[in-house]
Amino acid sequence: MSAPDDLASAVQEESALQEKERTKPVGLGPVGWLRWFWRTLTSMRTALILLFLFALGSVPGSVYPQRGVDPARVAQYFKDNPAQAKWLDRFWLFDVFSSPWFAAIYLLLFVSLAGCVFPRALVHIKEMRRRPPAAPRNLLRLPHGETFEGRLTLEQAAAALRRRRFRVAVGDGWVAAEKGYLRETGNLLFHVALLVLLFAVGAGGLYGYRGNVLVVEGDGFSNAVAAYDRFMPGNRVTAESLEPFSFTLKDFQASYVAAGDKQGQPLDYLAKLAVQDSPTATPREVDLKVNDPLDVNGTLTYLIGHGYAPTFRVTDGKGQVAYDGPVPCLADDQATYTSECVIKVPDAQPTQLGFLARFLPTTVPAGNAWVSVFPGAANPTVQVFPFGGDLGLKSGQPQSVYQLDTTNLKPLGTMSAQPTPLNLGETKELADGAGKIQFTGVKEWISLQITYDPGREPALLAAAAAVIGLVLSLTIRRRRVWVRVKDGTVTVGGLTRTEGGGAAFAEEFAQIVTALRGGPPTGDPPTGNAAPGGRPDEE
Amino acid sequence: MPAPVSQAVNDSLATLSDQLILITVLLYLAAMICYALDLAFGRARTVVAARRRELVGAGGPAVPGDAPAGDVTDATPDSGPQPAAWAVRAGTVGVVLTWIGWAGNLGGILTRGIAVDRWPWANMYEFVVAICFAAVTAFLALLIRQPIRFLGAFVTVTAALGLGFAVLFLHVQAGPVMPALHSYWIAIHVTAAIVASGLFILAGVCAILYLIRKDGRPSVLPSREGLERVAHRAIVISFPIWTFAVIAGALWADRAWGRYWGWDPKEVWAFVTWVVYAAYLHARATAGWRGKAAMIISLVAFGCLLFNLVGVNIFFSGLHSYADVPK
Repeated sequence: MSAPDDLASAVQEESALQEKERTKPVGLGPVGWLRWFWRTLTSMRTALILLFLFALGSVPGSVYPQRGVDPARVAQYFKDNPAQAKWLDRFWLFDVFSSPWFAAIYLLLFVSLAGCVFPRALVHIKEMRRRPPAAPRNLLRLPHGETFEGRLTLEQAAAALRRRRFRVAVGDGWVAAEKGYLRETGNLLFHVALLVLLFAVGAGGLYGYRGNVLVVEGDGFSNAVAAYDRFMPGNRVTAESLEPFSFTLKDFQASYVAAGDKQGQPLDYLAKLAVQDSPTATPREVDLKVNDPLDVNGTLTYLIGHGYAPTFRVTDGKGQVAYDGPVPCLADDQATYTSECVIKVPDAQPTQLGFLARFLPTTVPAGNAWVSVFPGAANPTVQVFPFGGDLGLKSGQPQSVYQLDTTNLKPLGTMSAQPTPLNLGETKELADGAGKIQFTGVKEWISLQITYDPGREPALLAAAAAVIGLVLSLTIRRRRVWVRVKDGTVTVGGLTRTEGGGAAFAEEFAQIVTALRGGPPTGDPPTGNAAPGGRPDEE
Repeated sequence: MPAPVSQAVNDSLATLSDQLILITVLLYLAAMICYALDLAFGRARTVVAARRRELVGAGGPAVPGDAPAGDVTDATPDSGPQPAAWAVRAGTVGVVLTWIGWAGNLGGILTRGIAVDRWPWANMYEFVVAICFAAVTAFLALLIRQPIRFLGAFVTVTAALGLGFAVLFLHVQAGPVMPALHSYWIAIHVTAAIVASGLFILAGVCAILYLIRKDGRPSVLPSREGLERVAHRAIVISFPIWTFAVIAGALWADRAWGRYWGWDPKEVWAFVTWVVYAAYLHARATAGWRGKAAMIISLVAFGCLLFNLVGVNIFFSGLHSYADVPK
C-alpha cells in the first residue's frame, strides 16, 4: 500500500477538482466518491453496523459443525443431509471463521477502526502538548461554579491544582487546569491493542502448527510431520521448523468415582512420559496431566483424550501369527467406556481376516447379554465378531482404521448380537478353519494435541493492554477547572467533558473549592450557585 | 491399571446447602412482595426535578437498611396524598429481607463449596445459583450509594426465578468434577463471568423497565433518563470484567485444550455477547442511537448472554460440556 503517495495525489487532484467544480456543478467525481467512501467507512454508524455483522456472522459458526473444530461432525452432516450440506458448504458455513465473507467483515471493521483511531491519536497528541484552554468569561455559568471572598493568589491556586495532579496554565488573572487525559489514552490503547491482537492471531496462524496423534502405552512419538495422525500447519511452516523432541508413553492412569450418584465420572488422568528434548538429550520423566501441558521450547503437548487398546494375537488358517499387538478402540459410552474396536489382518492366509470387537472394561452379565458397568478395567472382556474375505485395502481408497468395510467380507460362523466374551488370555477358534484370535492383554492409549503458536505471547500482551485501556477509558473523567481572582473575589468554575461523570465530579469540585478556600480563612458564607449538583447538569 | 478411587462428599453439608438455597428463594419472594407493596402504595413520582433532588440526597453515607429513607421523605408535595406509612415500612422490610436472603444465598454457596472441597461453580446448577447471588449483590452494593430501591422488586423476583429454575431443573447432587476443571483458572475465569453476569442482569432489568416506562406519566419508577443511567453504570462496570473473563477463559483454554481460541460454541457466544455490548457502548456515544436504540441493543446483548448461559449448553455440543444438566 502506498498510502502517502495516494494521499498526496488525492490532495492535488482535489484542488484541481475544486477548480473544475465551478464550471461543473453536479457529480462527486472519483476522488469525491473515494472521500465519501472513506468518511462513510470510518463513521461510527458504519462501525456499529459492522460490529453487528461481526456478531451475526459468528452465529452460524456455533450452529453448524466447523471443519477447524470437529471435522468428523462435518463429515457426518454431509452424510445425513447431503443436498443441504452442499449448499451450506458453498457459503463456507462449515468454515465460517476462515470464510471470505467473515474476513471481509472483520477486515472492513478493522480498517474502519484504524481510520477512526489514527486521526484521533494525532488530535490527542496535539491536545496533550497544548496548554489547558483559557478561562471563559463567566465561570458561574459552567455546570459547577462557586465564588467566595479570599486572599488567594493565582500562584496558590495553581499550586493547589497541581497538587491534585491537574495540568495547569496561568494567564492574566486566571488559572486554567485540566485533568483526565488518560481517558482518551486508554481509549486509543484499547483500540490499537485490538489491531495488534488481530495481527498476533494472524501471525500465529501463519507461523504455527497444530497436530494430533494417538499413542498407545509403550509406544513413542517423535515430532516430525510423518508421525502425526492429523497435521495442520500454517502457510509458513516447513518440516525443518518442527522442534525435534520425542517421548515414550510409559504408563497412563485414569481414576474414576467408585460409587454413588456420580459413579464412573472421571476424577483424574495421568500420563507418564519419558521425554527427550532433542535426539541427543538424556530422557527426563514428565507427568502429563489435563491442564498441565508439556512444554518443549514453546511447543506444547496436551493430553486431550484417552481410551483402551486391548492387545490381540491372530493366528491365520495356515498357523502363522498374522497380527500381534494393541488395537485402539473408541469409547461408545463415556460412562462405562464400552468401546468399539476394529482389527484388520490383511496378512492372514488363505483369506484376509477382519474383526469387529466390543471391549467391556468392567464386565457384568445381564441376562443373555454382557455389559460394562464401570469405565475402569476391573474385569475386562472382549466380544469378537469375525469376518473373512477381502478387506478392500487394495482399492486405493483411503480407509478409516476405526471402520470395517464389510462389502466383500462374510461373517465367519453364525453371527450373534451377544457372543460369549473372551476373558484375558482366552482364545476363540474361528469357523471354517480360518484360524484363531487370542485376547492377550489390555493397554491404554492417549490422544495428544501438539501445538506451536508464536502468536500466543503477543496476543496475550495485546489482550492485557486492551483490558487496561478499557478500564482507563471507562473509569477516568476528563475535567477542567478554572480559577479567577479579581479584587479579593475568587471565582471557581468546573466542568467534566465526560457525560455521566457529573455526580462524582460534583464531589471533587466541592473538595477543590474547600482546598482553595482553606488557605486564608474568610468566614464569609459562599455566594452564587454553591450547591454542587443543584443545577441540572448532565448527571 | 486405573484404580477406582472415590472422593469424599460431606453429605450433611451438601443437604444444608440445598436447604439454604430453598430458604433463599422464599426470602427473595417475600422481599419482592414487600417491595411491590412499597411500589403500589408508596407515592408516585411525576416531577423530574423532584427525582433529581433525591438522587443527590442519597449521595451521602447511608446504612443499607435505611439508605432510601431520604428517597421517601423527599416525596414531592404535588404528587397527591402522602403515602401510607406502612407501605414505606414495607419497602424497608423488603431491603432487610433481601439482605437476609443474600446471606442465605452466600451460605448455600459456601456450604456447597466446603461439602465438595472445590470452587462451588463447576456445573450449571452451581453457576446459576452463583449468578443470582451476584445479581443480588450488585443490587445491594449499588443500593448503599444510589436510590435504586425501586429495582428491588424486579431484581429479587429475577433472582427467585433463577434460583427456582436452578433448583427444579438443574439441580445435581454435590460431587467431584471432571479432570478438565481441576485448575485454579476456574476461580478466575468463572468468577469473573459470574460477577459480570450479575451486573448485566441488573442492567437488563433496568433496560426492560426503560422500555415499559413512558415519560410524562405519573409512575412509581424513576424517569427513563434515570433508568438509563443505572443500566449504563452497571454495563460500564461489567464490560471490562466480562472482557477479562473472556481473556481468562482464553488463557485457561491455552492450558487445557492447546489453543487460546478455537471457536467452540461457548466461545462464539461469549464473543457475540462481548461484541454486542461493545456496540451498545458505541451506540450510546453516537448521535441518533442514544436512548431507546442503545437500550434495545443492550437488551439484545443481554439476550446473547442468557443464550450463552442456557441455550449453548442445551442446543450445541462443545468443549464447555460441563453443565452436567440432569437428563
